[in-house]
Amino acid sequence: MTRARTLLEAPEIGRVLTRIAHELLERNKGAEGLVLLGIPTRGVALAHRLAATIADVEGTQVPVGAIDVTMYRDDLRHHPVRTLERTDIPTAGVDGATVVLVDDVLFSGRTVRAALDALSDLGRPRAVRLAVLVDRGHRELPIRADHVGKNLPTSLAERVRVLLAEHDGRDEVLIEDAGDQR
Amino acid sequence: MRHLLSAADLDRDAALRVLDTAEQMAATQQREIKKLPTLRGRTVVNLFFEDSTRTRISFEAAAKRLSADVINFSAKGSSVSKGESLKDTALTLEAMGADAVVVRHGASGGAHRLATSGWINGSVVNAGDGTHEHPTQALLDAFTMRHHLVGQREPGAATGEDLAGRKVTIVGDVLHSRVARSNVLLLHTLGAEVTLVAPPTLLPVGVQTWPCATSYDLDSALEGADAVMMLRVQVERMNAAYFPSAREYSRRYGLDARRLRLMAEHTIVMHPGPMNRGLEISADAADSARSTIVEQVSNGVSVRMAVLYLLLAGSDDVDGGTA
Repeated sequence: MTRARTLLEAPEIGRVLTRIAHELLERNKGAEGLVLLGIPTRGVALAHRLAATIADVEGTQVPVGAIDVTMYRDDLRHHPVRTLERTDIPTAGVDGATVVLVDDVLFSGRTVRAALDALSDLGRPRAVRLAVLVDRGHRELPIRADHVGKNLPTSLAERVRVLLAEHDGRDEVLIEDAGDQR
Repeated sequence: MRHLLSAADLDRDAALRVLDTAEQMAATQQREIKKLPTLRGRTVVNLFFEDSTRTRISFEAAAKRLSADVINFSAKGSSVSKGESLKDTALTLEAMGADAVVVRHGASGGAHRLATSGWINGSVVNAGDGTHEHPTQALLDAFTMRHHLVGQREPGAATGEDLAGRKVTIVGDVLHSRVARSNVLLLHTLGAEVTLVAPPTLLPVGVQTWPCATSYDLDSALEGADAVMMLRVQVERMNAAYFPSAREYSRRYGLDARRLRLMAEHTIVMHPGPMNRGLEISADAADSARSTIVEQVSNGVSVRMAVLYLLLAGSDDVDGGTA
């Protein structure tokens, strides 16, 4: 049986995203040249929220898009065929921009590796940064996030679930004991 | 999905999955770098016993854009012309490690035989078997119709939608057409209403059991049509006189400037190619703004990328859903 614990509730998720938005602006010295690309599905919603916060703070609307990494994954042969998600690159493109990849959970790092490959086929950004809501550890590749909402020490038997209002009707981060799920 | 042999293998969900995947593939084909690493290390064999340009290069382009290795095998100039059987050819391909075999064969049922005889372990894609079926052509036609009629030409806008209630008129040599049969089956699955228009001699026996209407009068069938698909008159398959003269055929069943004016504003004109200009379609119709004939070719690459992705990208041992 799965046992779920709440790790972050809606107000904390809101505060964390506000902090990350400020960090992005601080690091980039403003909103100039920023492009936010969410990794489907929940990374896209997070990217839009970060952009909304940046618009509130700076008064600038930074371009937001989505980058589907399915066709760049290294584990395609180990799963049933995955459904492709939409890739949506802002019309100005990514050349010369500071691209911030946004995802909900950072785990093995393989999704981010795939996203970096996908990104290099789309253009040549000036810099790429990574922002995640939750870093749960257990990296399998030399990849780290530049902006982390919350570090969560987890065991491999546990499963982190991020619920967002856009997809799930409410904001919550849960941790479950799930022997059968990764 | 293990093989793609017939448009009838696809239920509504499976057909929409191919079309939706093709939407994403089409988006990648607008980029500067069109190649994706998805099928790296996989081998696709194009096994063509019949002449073809567009289908073969379309499959070749699709496989290459997904980084698969492609081996082209045409019967002409191969051991087949020395009398090698389909079985021995298949065993040879199997020994070379083909993950997918795209086969075009002059005999109806050729692809089915290849897929079900246990000669090869890879996936088989039917790229046309005799006068039977050509499922990827039907998929690319449905993709083109959905883009224009449902998505209003907005890329990706029709994702998840079928063709419910759209009226499609298919005109010409239905008897020899694998394109017509696959289209009727797939369009019916997707909810479209199909009318076949042809002289009685060019309608196959048993057409009344197909899920479509038939008519002998083109002018009346153009009324209310959302898409009009002209079929090639397949002179090479005709061993008897099916109509008195080319001129009479053209007058009664050809799409010309006058018939173009009978159509509604939004109606698209389709042709699977290669065209006999002046016979089933006039230059006016083929080159008009409502013609999607060139677009069908580029959609063919996207749709075939989707088919190869769905057949080959998943694991070998886990079946990723039904065909």
